[in-house]
Formats: sequence, structure tokens, C-alpha cells
Amino acid sequence: MSIVVDFRDVVAVAGSFPVLTGVDVRIDAGELVLLSGANGAGKTSLLRACAGLQPVSAGSAEVLGYDLRVDRRAPRRYIGLLGHENCLYRDLRVREHIEFRASVAGLKMSDASDSLARVGLDDRLWSAPVAALSAGQRRKLAIASIIVSRPRLWLLDEPHAALDSEGRLTMNSIMEEVASLGATVVFASHDKELSEQLASRVITMSNGRLTEDSGAS
Amino acid sequence: MLPEALLIARKDLKIEMRSKVALGQVAPLALLILVIFAFALDANSMLLKLGAGGLFWISALYGGTMLVQRSFDLESEDGNFDALRMSNIDPSAIFLGKTLALFVQIGILELVIGPAILILYETQVSDWLLLLLAAVAGTLAFAVCGVLWGVMASGLRVRTTLLPLLLVPVLSPVLLAGSRAFETALGVRAGDGWTWTGLMFVIASLHTAVGLGAFGFLLEEG
Amino acid sequence: MTSAKGRSVKMTATPFTRALGFLALAAVAVMALLGLVVSPPDVVQGEAVRMLYLHVPAIWIAYGSFAVTSVSSLLFLRRGKRREDKGRHYDRLGGAAAEVGVLFTGVTLITGMLWGKVTWGTYWQWDARLTTTVLLFVTYLGYLALRRLPADPVVRGRRAAIMALISFINVPIVHYSVDWWRTLHQKASLSVGRRPEITGEMYWTLLYSAVAVTFVAVWLVTHRYRVIRLEEIRDEEMLTALISQRVSQDLPPVSDGDFDE
Repeated sequence: MSIVVDFRDVVAVAGSFPVLTGVDVRIDAGELVLLSGANGAGKTSLLRACAGLQPVSAGSAEVLGYDLRVDRRAPRRYIGLLGHENCLYRDLRVREHIEFRASVAGLKMSDASDSLARVGLDDRLWSAPVAALSAGQRRKLAIASIIVSRPRLWLLDEPHAALDSEGRLTMNSIMEEVASLGATVVFASHDKELSEQLASRVITMSNGRLTEDSGAS
Repeated sequence: MLPEALLIARKDLKIEMRSKVALGQVAPLALLILVIFAFALDANSMLLKLGAGGLFWISALYGGTMLVQRSFDLESEDGNFDALRMSNIDPSAIFLGKTLALFVQIGILELVIGPAILILYETQVSDWLLLLLAAVAGTLAFAVCGVLWGVMASGLRVRTTLLPLLLVPVLSPVLLAGSRAFETALGVRAGDGWTWTGLMFVIASLHTAVGLGAFGFLLEEG
Repeated sequence: MTSAKGRSVKMTATPFTRALGFLALAAVAVMALLGLVVSPPDVVQGEAVRMLYLHVPAIWIAYGSFAVTSVSSLLFLRRGKRREDKGRHYDRLGGAAAEVGVLFTGVTLITGMLWGKVTWGTYWQWDARLTTTVLLFVTYLGYLALRRLPADPVVRGRRAAIMALISFINVPIVHYSVDWWRTLHQKASLSVGRRPEITGEMYWTLLYSAVAVTFVAVWLVTHRYRVIRLEEIRDEEMLTALISQRVSQDLPPVSDGDFDE
């Protein structure tokens, strides 16, 4: 199997604070990995480092075969990142927003409609402004925005946050589906019950490092 | 690169169409500034007529700086910068797209304050072509510099105060050239309006070259 | 200028800079003597001409400093992506030179205005040179403001370097547009701003002053460079301590990803 994430002794600094203090992890294609750990353990920073948004200051870091210390931008087109924030333009309508994201990824509106339907956003909402959506509906739109970019590596930071129980199940089935199609999913969640049954591997972080890894090879 | 740039520009303009910040908030303020100038100069119609060109550009500078701010607040809001960084779009295309959108928005602002200058300050246009081209050149230079400095200040906590400090010195030659060119076009100064207009095109193209080269880095870590 | 001196264990002074400092001090003392006592008053301007012995070298130094900032910014940007810690001395040099440049631009403006008050009878004339200088002053104040913002040192360095290069492009634009503005329309004002013919003792005094002020500037840049380096060392030591503290787990976790800088 090809290695998607290959981090060796990665140190990363945000501001003047060490957010990652020596991360060693390898993740294969098709894995569905849960990142767990207390607030401030470094989960978000690890996801952002994988996406090339958080610069790595020591160690070696490769994602999808690209050396992040040489070029942090190269692998991004294959990566979908869902952060704490939803990355939505609040003044656009739902349809306009997803259309923009789809055309940025070089796709058509039909793909966009499919992804909206997949996350369970009612088509009566499509002409509503993003600002009028509830927190959960915005999260769904954010997830749909990632689906339209068809990533090979999914980095999801608290994908269940703000979603109702039905939405959480949908989220899980999306993750399972893309992993079964060969994509790699790494997600952070505090919802143990929903996540542990889903994940093929659980990684626990603390103080900017891995402390437990159920699937260490 | 061009289709991507148009995509970004269309997105920004659509947001403006929906939120109407430029037309509904910035333009009225710019108009008000024109009125305030009349207070400051004690409604001296001779002074206002002579200074109309410069007052136009000061009012445009004030409103335009707010539009630059707004253009990048859109992206810092809700983490949209991250989405742009993660997308496959060439940073140069983002630069051109945002510049184009800003050009249109500042242009709209000027379409509001321009006629107001003619009415309030009783000025007459003696050279429409010069007026138009000078406006285009100045707005272009404004938009290019605005995007360049806007992205540089965008990630910072102090952006609202830092942006004008960085932008205004760079734009001061544009303000100077725009004012002189407008004075010629409005018939209160003889001669050289075309050369000043040319200077503004030169400034715009120099900064476009810088922007195309440096925007990738500025977007990444600005 | 050397605030870290004395308070820190590490010093910014070396025997060389001490010697340079004394040399600069002595040179300035001689410059005062030459400029204020030995050299004669100007036929046209009278005693006011003495202001120029500081005014003219100050603007030379200011332009020189900004040139150093531009060149070192270029070299900093050219050093490539891979070795992030390499070439940071260019960033330090650029910052130190810009600080000194701003200082001497300020000196130029103040002496220029005083000279103007005596010669023209007014502190301010919309003279092309004065106007350009004040814009230059504000531009590089902005550069220093950008440098002062907290950020990752390499990121901050690159951002500052780009701004320095854009500013460098703008200096001639500002200069020529302002110059053109003032010369094209108000030819009469030119004669008011005419600089005196400088010959003989005055010429040598001016040249000597330029050398003396250069000593001062080099001394200041050296110390500022070292203070910036010391600040970096302090930050790096703090970071190393934080990492080892975090590894040994006695540091409370902060909220994740809360840094926008």
C-alpha cells in the first residue's frame, strides 16, 4: 500500500509556541484514522501540518509523496480540509457558494447538486443566503464543499461538531464511503462513541506528540 | 489563468451585489466627504472648482481604502483564506481576480462621486476622453496597489490601522497624478494631463508585475 | 539605541565597535568644531549654512541605508526556500539599516525645516525634495511598523523584504512625480530653494561631515544588528525551553490552533 502521510519527528511552531513536539506517524492509503486527545493536544495542528498550512520547522514530512519542507503547496490540490471554521462566504446563496467551489475545482454544477444532496441539505435551502443557515446546515455545506473537490486525502477537524444525530450518521457514512473508494481519511473528534466504531485506527495525542497508536506498523 | 481570475472576480462581485457594501455604505460616505470639503473650504466656489480634481481623488482614496479592507475581510472571515490556499487556483489568478473586482467596485464608487463633483462644485468637463482614461488609469493603479497591500495586511490583528499607513504613501503619486490629470480634463489647468495619465498607467503596470510575482508568497504567509 | 547593552549578559559591543564608537564621537566633535567655528558663514545664507553640514550628509546616509535595506532584502528573498534558517543576517541587516535610515530621514527633515525657517522665513515649502523626503519617511515608518508585528521570524522577514522592494520601486516614482509637479508649474519657487554654491573650506567641511556621520551610522547599524540578533537568540532559547518543557509535559496545553499570527 502506498503511504499517504509520512511524518518523522515533526516539530512545528505557531507564533512562538511549539504546537507539534516530535510527531512520528505513517498513514496508508484507504485508512480511516481517528485523532483523539484533549483540547490543545495538537490535533488541529497535525491536520493543518498535513494540509501544508502549518509550516514544519524540524523533522521530515511527506504527504502524498511531496516533501512539505520543500513545497507545502504541491499536495494541496489532492487534499480536502475541513477546519473549525467552515470557509463559507456568508453573503452568497448556498447554490452560488457550492457552484464557486465546484468551478474552482474544475467541476460542473451537477456535481455540486449531487454533493449538496449527499450531505442532506434540503433543496429548498439552495437559494437561501449562507448567513441564514443554522450552524449544522453550514457545517453540511462546508462538507459538501469538500466533496466537490474530490480529495484523495480528507483531513476533518471535528466533522461531527454542530451536526444533529442524523447528520452525524450521514457524515460517518460519507467517511466510510470515500475510504472504501481508496481515499484516506484522518479526522479529529471528541465523540468517542460515534468515532471509534467507524475508525480503522485510533491515534491519541498529548502535548503535541503521539502517545498511543492502535495501528502502529 | 484568466478563467480562474474571472471566477474569483465574479465571486467577489456577486458578494458585493448581495451585500451592497460599496454602493450602500461606502459611496454615501464618499459623497458626504465631498460635502464636508465644502464646509472646510467655506463653500468658496472658486476654491472648490479649482480643487475639484484633487477632492475627487481624496474622496475616492478614502472610500477605496475601505473597499480594499472589505475585499480582504471577506477572505479572513470564516477561514476563507484557507480555502483559497487549499484550492488549485494559481495565486497570480487570485491576484488578478481580486484586482479586477476591486477595479469594478472602486469604479462604481467613482461613478457616484464623479457626477456629484460636477453638480456640487459646478465644474465642467472640457476633455471627456482624458477624464475617462485618467479615471481608468488611477482606478487601476489603486486596485492593484490595494490588493497587494491588502493581502499583506490581511492576516494581521492590526490590519485596519496598518493598511492605510502602508497604502497611502504608495498611492500618493497616483493621487498627485490623478488630481493634475483631472484638473486638465476639467479645464482648470493647461496642458500635461495626458502625461500624468501615462504615469498612472506606468505605476499600475509596475505594481502588477510585482503582484504577479509576489502574491503567491503573500497569500501563503501574509 | 543600544538598550540591551548593560542589562543583558551578552553585549552588543566588541573592541572593534568600541573603537569605532570613540572614533565616531571624536569625529563628530571635530565636525562641530569645523562646522560651527572654523568654516566661514555663507555670503548669501549667513550662519544658516552651518545646518547643511548635518542636513546634507544625513540625507546621503538615509538614502544609503535604504539602499542597503533594498539590497539585503533582495538577497534575503533570493536565498531560496529550502534552508529556512540560512540568510537571516540579510533580514537583520535590512531591518537595522532601515531603522537608521528612518532616523536620519528625520534628522534631514528637522534640519531642513530649521534651515528653511532661517533662509526662506518659513518652516515648510512645497519644495520637491522636502515633499519627497516626508513621503519616504512615512513609507519606511510603515516598513518598520510591519517589522515590529509578531510573527514567525522567517515569515516576517520575507514579508518585510517584499515590502522593502516595493518601497524601493516607489522611491523613484514618488521622487520624479513630486519633482515634476513642483518644477513644471511653479518655476518661480525654484530660485527660493536654490542651494548655495559650496567651495573651499565649506566644501571640505561638508565632505568631512559626511565621513563623520557615516561613522555614526555604521556604529548604529552594527549595534542595532546585534540587538536584533540577541532578540532572536532570546526567542530561540525560549522556544527550545518551551519544547523541552512540553515534551516533559509540565506545560499546560493552550487552545489548539489559536494563532492567527
